[in-house]
Amino acid sequence: MKTVTITMKNVPDLYLEGDMITPDQFAGKTNEEIAALRTYEGRETYCLGDNFEISGDAVGATPAETKIIVKGDCTKVKYIGMNMTAGEVVVEGSCDMYTGGWMKGGKLHVKGNVDSFSGLGMEGGEFTVDGNAGNFIGASYRGDWRGMQGGVLRVKGNVGSDIGTFMNGGTLIVEGNADVHIGTHAEGGTIIIKGNANRRIGGQMVKGTIYVYGDITYMMPGFQYTKDVELEVDGDKAVFAEYIGDLGERHSKSKGQVVYGKIYRKK
Amino acid sequence: MSEILIKNGHVFDVVSGVKGDAKDIAIKDGKIVDKVSSKAKTIDASGKTVMAGALDIHAHVAGPKVNLGRWFRPEDKWYRGQMRGGIVKETSRMEQGFSIPSVFRTGYCYGRMGYTFVMEAAMPPLYARHVHEEIHDTPIIDEAALPVFGNNWFVMEYLKEKDIQKTAAYIAWLMRVTKGYGIKVVNPGGTEAWGWGLNCLGINDEVPYFDITPAEITTGLIEANEYLGLPHSVHIHPNSLGDPGNNPVTIDTMKLAAKYKPNNKFGREQVLHMTHLQFHSYGGSGWGDFCSASKEIMDYVNKHKEITFDTGNVTLDETTTMTADGPFEHHLCALNHLKWCNVDVELETGSGVVPFIYSPNVFPCAVQWATGLELALLAKDPMRTMITTDHPNAGPFTRYPRVFKWLMSKKTRDEQMAAFKNSGKVADATILNELDREITLYELSQMTRAAPAKALGLSSTRGGLATGMDADVAIYDIDPTKMPTDPETIEKVFLNASYLLKNGEIVISDGQIVFENPKKMTFWVNAKAPENKQVNRDIREKFLRYYTVTQANYEVPDSYAPHPFVIETEANV
Repeated sequence: MKTVTITMKNVPDLYLEGDMITPDQFAGKTNEEIAALRTYEGRETYCLGDNFEISGDAVGATPAETKIIVKGDCTKVKYIGMNMTAGEVVVEGSCDMYTGGWMKGGKLHVKGNVDSFSGLGMEGGEFTVDGNAGNFIGASYRGDWRGMQGGVLRVKGNVGSDIGTFMNGGTLIVEGNADVHIGTHAEGGTIIIKGNANRRIGGQMVKGTIYVYGDITYMMPGFQYTKDVELEVDGDKAVFAEYIGDLGERHSKSKGQVVYGKIYRKK
Repeated sequence: MSEILIKNGHVFDVVSGVKGDAKDIAIKDGKIVDKVSSKAKTIDASGKTVMAGALDIHAHVAGPKVNLGRWFRPEDKWYRGQMRGGIVKETSRMEQGFSIPSVFRTGYCYGRMGYTFVMEAAMPPLYARHVHEEIHDTPIIDEAALPVFGNNWFVMEYLKEKDIQKTAAYIAWLMRVTKGYGIKVVNPGGTEAWGWGLNCLGINDEVPYFDITPAEITTGLIEANEYLGLPHSVHIHPNSLGDPGNNPVTIDTMKLAAKYKPNNKFGREQVLHMTHLQFHSYGGSGWGDFCSASKEIMDYVNKHKEITFDTGNVTLDETTTMTADGPFEHHLCALNHLKWCNVDVELETGSGVVPFIYSPNVFPCAVQWATGLELALLAKDPMRTMITTDHPNAGPFTRYPRVFKWLMSKKTRDEQMAAFKNSGKVADATILNELDREITLYELSQMTRAAPAKALGLSSTRGGLATGMDADVAIYDIDPTKMPTDPETIEKVFLNASYLLKNGEIVISDGQIVFENPKKMTFWVNAKAPENKQVNRDIREKFLRYYTVTQANYEVPDSYAPHPFVIETEANV
């Protein structure tokens, strides 16, 4: 795997749309060609080289052989790793919204924080955030019904509200706390909250699983306790109380059995 | 004013009877003329195809229903659309959206495809102001709008009394105050029945409370249309749209028109335009044995000159369905479980919006795709056949070139047929594989130019390149003497004309929009009918008793359509 490093030299006044910062766009290009990739800031068009210093050995021939290291202050760069299918991106600091949106494969690692809508509609790959994340992580785009579909999205810090909205596949792990509205409208997938969760968890959920290790401020009234079970979740063995729901919703049947979403609370 | 000479292009024009011969087209002061002076600007069209500006007889491009779609589908602007199209500096406005584009994208994209006139297919009269505001904001194309009458309380009350004069007087009043073009009928009686949680699935199902049937509404409106002598005929979306086995309802509806003769001075020969016929040409009894009934439908259409139709081709895209057929949209939402929006328009109509994915992996979608193509390929008279996608219901209008490609190339049809997940089952349920016909460029110019112009009563100025007609001209980079071996070229070429002239002004040059605000007009019909005091009183009364707006606030002021083209008609008393 070959590595190219891009370092922020001119922090944009507005927000830079950096969706070309992916192994797919970089693969097979020279440093000059990478510097010439078109970026957008507000209604103006620029080149990637206007904001970033490009260095390192030439990138790989295919996305899978390409690794990108992003350095400097990227808190005003959106869409890093959007639609990436393979290869690796490492962001040394923090970045803005929509990071890893619709990601399909490869590895994306942000060592700082990401803002809202990151991992939106993610379909595959591994996305790890060492810091905190904003709202609508692993959710669907506004109005859409296709949230996170696959892959693993791990946030080591805390997240905001509305994570996993319309999620229907993949695994979303939050090692810190989460705010309101978790897995709303979910039709599949797994959400693991290792800290505390606020309220409205699994509202209108028809399928999928949510694990909460810490406290839940209020349970949704549409969920019903069934039994205690011993489970291994993300490497942790423990006893969980199982709830089914959301009972107020339309539920499909599989082999004669009604399918419910499930919430597991660690005992 | 300016003179332009389009030199040596292969001209396809029904009106002057030219079938691809190399010919010059001279333009002066926005009209086609016999010759121009030597100072005229010349456009070299050698090796290219020259046609009149195209007309779209049925699309949902302006008004509250379209905007509702824009509101509740932000995702359509995002990854389905060109994220930031307009920043590419060809045009001054953002081009957003895929199935429900912004007004600017609508105008630019129609212009790029060589279209210069689009009929907004369903205007709720109460919201006519909104329709006209959006029409005014849409660049390049001329537009008109059809107010919906099929579920209107006045119409149903007058037709229950079988009073054509009162119906006509009301229609003339409504077309004048809303600046409408003709009579649109959507699921006659059914949308009103939906207010009671019911529907009208056949032409003899009674509308609750009003005690009238879809058949009576349809025939009454045809009589009123011919009494008023309107340029367009009744434009109908029949009952039972989209239901397996609905073809008898469609044929019953067409039979209603058999006894009527057109009565107008605009050269229109039909009395009933069947819109998006694809959605009404199904056999079978459910989704399992769902099949195409295009043969039954076209056997009838081919024999009856009083009928015209547009296809409503499914384009196999993710799109947004929107119609004044409220009950249908509810039914559709129950099938796909995506989001649903419903609107009731007091006293007049209603509408619903639901996103829909025409997936090649889903059997009924593939059958719908084939059915729409079969209708056009089975049509014996291209002058009564028009190509639409019922934008955005069966697919966005930006897919017209793809439909042209399928119609013009059996090879691409076969490839698509083989690519379906259930291709064997689809082949059994349709007859597309048996149809070898490939539409020619001349037939295409009929279906997209001359036929819609004639059906809309605009054939004296639009849809042709004869001397004296409006100088709306599209030039495509395709040489009819050397048709491309790769059919994909057809789609590419028709998606972006080399040149477009609108009223003699060059809008597109070398495939780029160079002038985005040419003169554009709103067409509407000022129908004269003998004054009927009872109707005037009824209108006043309804506004006082039922409407939430006053009559004075209902009427669309001239400032809403600042560039009108008004067609005057006299009633055939």
